[in-house]
Amino acid sequence: MQMNQIGNAAVETAGRKIGEVILSLEHISLAFGGVKALTDISFDVREGEVRAIIGPNGAGKSSMLNVINGVYHPQQGRIVFHGRERRAMEPHKAARQGIARTFQNIALFKGMSVLDNLMTGRVTKMHHGLFAHMLGFGPGRREELAHRQKVEEVIDFLEIQHIRKTPVGRLPYGLQKRVELGRALAAEPSLLLLDEPMAGMNVEEKEDMCRFILDVNDQMGTTIVLIEHDMGVVMDISDRVVVLDYGKKIGDGVPAEVKANPHVIKAYLGAGH
Amino acid sequence: MLYREAGQFKTSFAEDMQIFPIRQDRIAIGLLLAFAFLGVPLFASEYWFSAILIPFLIFALAALGLNILTGYCGQLSLGTAAFMAVGAYAAYNFQLRVEGIPILVSFLLAGFTAAAVGVLFGLPSLRIKGFYLAVATLAAQFFIVWVLTKFPWLSNNSSSGVISAQKIQILGFSFDTPVSKYLLVLGIVVVMALAAKNLARSGTGRAWMAVRDMDVAAQVIGIPLMHTKLTAFAVSSFYCGVAGALYAFCYLGSVEPDGFNLDLSFRILFMVIIGGVGSVLGSFLGAAFILLLPIFLDSTLQPAAQAIGLPFSNATVSHIQFMVFGALIMFFLIVEPHGLTRLWQITKEKLRLWPFPH
Repeated sequence: MQMNQIGNAAVETAGRKIGEVILSLEHISLAFGGVKALTDISFDVREGEVRAIIGPNGAGKSSMLNVINGVYHPQQGRIVFHGRERRAMEPHKAARQGIARTFQNIALFKGMSVLDNLMTGRVTKMHHGLFAHMLGFGPGRREELAHRQKVEEVIDFLEIQHIRKTPVGRLPYGLQKRVELGRALAAEPSLLLLDEPMAGMNVEEKEDMCRFILDVNDQMGTTIVLIEHDMGVVMDISDRVVVLDYGKKIGDGVPAEVKANPHVIKAYLGAGH
Repeated sequence: MLYREAGQFKTSFAEDMQIFPIRQDRIAIGLLLAFAFLGVPLFASEYWFSAILIPFLIFALAALGLNILTGYCGQLSLGTAAFMAVGAYAAYNFQLRVEGIPILVSFLLAGFTAAAVGVLFGLPSLRIKGFYLAVATLAAQFFIVWVLTKFPWLSNNSSSGVISAQKIQILGFSFDTPVSKYLLVLGIVVVMALAAKNLARSGTGRAWMAVRDMDVAAQVIGIPLMHTKLTAFAVSSFYCGVAGALYAFCYLGSVEPDGFNLDLSFRILFMVIIGGVGSVLGSFLGAAFILLLPIFLDSTLQPAAQAIGLPFSNATVSHIQFMVFGALIMFFLIVEPHGLTRLWQITKEKLRLWPFPH
């Protein structure tokens, strides 16, 4: 399934299906000095699925995402994305290949408006440079307007029309999380990495966010890898779950399997239960 | 006319994204430009042109250059004056050594030369940030002034590196009166300020601000850090370089390397801080504040002292001037740490509702 235009995606890709493996991680090991963050981890992500990564604090979940989008460079292992192998990569190049992400602690551009944040999200799709931008008319401007159209579709999708001109620093936490998702969506990614998209939200906000995530997956066919602590949410929305503990993989499978896995129960509840 | 946007409905994205979306702003800018180009030359005196208006415009341009780097891209620089010096000396040398080169082309090439030097000294920004980067740009400040003094070729073998700017001629017309120089400077500054405003609201500007606000996120989104930072250094230095060329050719007439010292860099930095970080308008307000306030105090304090019959000597008056100036800077920074632009924005937001705030 190719990434479609946001507006009419519902028609074209109604009904989701899980396809080929688009990302596979093989024997990834990452260490910071003597600290082993990840040890020999392998798993894959199939096209169109919602893949959750869970685990206790410090298990290496965020490091895993950072490896996928090139912020961290693993010492060992290989990453194959869309058939292309890579070991290490600059984050901005990963973005150009279609990997977008959100952060555990909101990483929006605080001095800019919601609209500008989302427009920045489309940087990989814009091709004109400095001199075209300087003019204020001509091709640079036309490109800008065309992308504004796309960004407005994301704004409509996330129901944030009323705050489009507000500087993000002034928004409440829940909305900032939503804007950050919007910024990632504006890039029309084929793989979306969400680092605790529901952390610190109340039930209502969580439900909204779940709905957006499922809609993204459903209507746009975007493959999603997410980290989440709320077990109820994870079991409800994900297709397959990877469990990490102390930088090692201790479980992998559909939610029901993972829930029954003794290692997982041990990691979460402690021995003796 | 009341300042408000009620009733101005935008029906297309193009209308919503124009450079001045509010009609009253467009009218005000139009009037201001008409006044600056047509009104001012009618009644301003020679003193006003050569001592106030021309330096104001040139400093505003330099402040705009620094604002692009520091305000928009978040890279602190203390080398502004050095980049101006590069511009001034480059324009001088292009005029001197290239037969029949038009002066505007010299200014343009001076800008590009400064941009190249700026990129060179911007390279450390890829590894270091904040105060440490400021120290690295300090090296540019001292190194460039040293080079200009050390190599007599750059100043055509004049003693202690002093250069006298050549006469300005465009298409046979000599710009030798203060009015004509003022109009030339004004024209260049207006074009460059509009270009800066366009840059700021385009993808380039957003990339700069993204790097300023959160560089890791910017990179993850797909903004190449190296390219973005170096572009900011290049554009910023280009603006400073052109400002430097104008400083030599239209304001002072002859300059020496020591004129472009750290003091000047700091002055321009203060203009940016007081005017408003990350704002085109702020560069102009800051330049006006730092440059015009001392002149204003100078011309009002002495008569005021005489009027109340206080026996102030000239020295005392100039001391008082410094004290008032310093106090005002502190006052403005305490009242509004985000600069005069922020005050202006707050005024505008209030005006939109005035006189019916509910």
